[in-house]
Amino acid sequence: MVSFLARRLITVVLPTLFGISILVFGAIHLIPGSFVDVMLGLSADVSVEQREQIAASYGLDDPLPVQYLRWLGDVVQGNLGESLRTGEPVLGEIVGRLPATLELTLLATLVSLIIAIPAGILAAVYRGGVVDVVLRVFGLLGLSIPNFLIGTFLVLLVSTRWPILPTTGYVPLTEDIVGNLKSLALPAISLGALLAASVMRMMRSAVLEELGKEYLMVARAKGLSGRVVVMRHAVRNALVPVITVVGIQTGYLLGGTVIVEQIFAIPGIGRLALDAVSQRDYPVVQGTTLFIAVAFVMMNVLADVVYGLVDPRIRVR
Amino acid sequence: MGEIRRGRNRGRAARALVRHHFTGVVAGGVLVAIILAALLAPLLAPGDPIDMAPLDRLQSPGEAGWLGTDVFGRDVLSRILYGTRISLAIGGASVIFAALLGTTLGLISGYARGWRDYAIMRVMDVLFSFPSILLAILIVSINGAGFVSIMLAIVLIQTPIFARVVRSAVLVVSEVDYVQAAEALGASTSRILVRHILPNVMAPMLVQVALSISGAVVIEAALSYLGLGAVPPTPSLGSMLSENRVAMEQAPWAIFFPGVALGLLVLTINLFGDTVRDLLDPRVRSATSV
Repeated sequence: MVSFLARRLITVVLPTLFGISILVFGAIHLIPGSFVDVMLGLSADVSVEQREQIAASYGLDDPLPVQYLRWLGDVVQGNLGESLRTGEPVLGEIVGRLPATLELTLLATLVSLIIAIPAGILAAVYRGGVVDVVLRVFGLLGLSIPNFLIGTFLVLLVSTRWPILPTTGYVPLTEDIVGNLKSLALPAISLGALLAASVMRMMRSAVLEELGKEYLMVARAKGLSGRVVVMRHAVRNALVPVITVVGIQTGYLLGGTVIVEQIFAIPGIGRLALDAVSQRDYPVVQGTTLFIAVAFVMMNVLADVVYGLVDPRIRVR
Repeated sequence: MGEIRRGRNRGRAARALVRHHFTGVVAGGVLVAIILAALLAPLLAPGDPIDMAPLDRLQSPGEAGWLGTDVFGRDVLSRILYGTRISLAIGGASVIFAALLGTTLGLISGYARGWRDYAIMRVMDVLFSFPSILLAILIVSINGAGFVSIMLAIVLIQTPIFARVVRSAVLVVSEVDYVQAAEALGASTSRILVRHILPNVMAPMLVQVALSISGAVVIEAALSYLGLGAVPPTPSLGSMLSENRVAMEQAPWAIFFPGVALGLLVLTINLFGDTVRDLLDPRVRSATSV
């Protein structure tokens, strides 16, 4: 297991992280106009010497590889630079926005698992019946309809017909737990719908596969009730592949939060990134994209670890 | 005689297609209708999709047009028709670019192996490890909002998928006897790639094209929704959802109908793509028919 992880870390994860850092660093240097112009904004009225002084003070007169290495050294130490808007450290801004995004992602995962796992089991047990057909239609819709469309329809429904939940804003968990959950209910549903649909489909086919195996026939033959056979044997084994999917998909949810936070006006990292783009706050754009991409890679590593722990066969390879 | 026979076989094949892939055939029909409506938008649209008419603001579907008007007094149906046109054009064009680029990289990667394979696949991993919206944000922050940025984003997001699909197909095909025979006979690398390997890679590649288009349509709509894509007043299904939000309570139709149009478009492309996969993927086909 350890050697499997080490090999993956060296051959795949590290090169990927390296590539991400180059992409994020390089992107900012592709911006038309010099970085000094961006720093100074439009009102700047400075001489050429002052310009060069500013460039030198930021180390912008060094060759790009040198600048990259210095930037990387800073990043590794947690220094992502300062926001051009507020002058605050970018890492601090990200950390300040982290709770909302993290809570939204976790809640979305939780909501979709609570719905999808029982739904998948039901669909498998009543295969071909009305329940199965209805659930599969929902699954198809959940896989096809993008999260921002689900979010928009939810906002439309709640604000015009059924005003029981807030459609914008975020109440921090530390202030009011009920208010917090209310403010995240609709965003979590929009974000989790895709995960719910894919988990339900996987769960259905995994349970069906287990139900067809011989050991379950033996279990039935020795007189166990259908409920015990399904819940204790089939479901337990069917959960193995599902766990991996959830791990990988939770990484994708992080990307989805960008748009869902925008719809419901939740002050998370995604919104920070979007605001930074419209305000041309490049250090924040750089910091947030780097942060989310690295988090995404780490989620995948975590999924690998969990998969390795649950399924011993993977460790041998 | 031969003609009649072939006609009868064709009729039987058509009936079998409808019977085995009913939803796919229906989805294909709806998709053709949507594409025709988008192509004929200038003829079908009852109003101008861009000109603002402040006096006609927020008219309900009964009062003005089939689907009412939006916050700027523009006919919603007309904007949906033109917006669908843009969705399909951007989606189709960028998927074609991504398919060409990804297929080329996948062919090189899978056939050359070694360091070239490693280098290409690591670059693909990097692109793959960016959530698509994030990659788009990075591009828009450099290049500004607009269709060029959207297409660039979609190409960068989808190229790795094509590269992976094609590479794994190449890995399988290049072990096959006739490819080894061609190598032994001294055929050039380009001849082997184009004549022997590419035809075998086409099926999974085409399946991926069908599946990718719906993804591309969604990315275009999402970016336009966020204001990173279509620049106002250009009609886009995504931007219609966000620009009419201010008047959601008075004019829900200005959001509802574009949303339904987008959902229907994505759903039919997905269903159609699934059917294409069933028909072209030899493994699935051998399991159901033959």
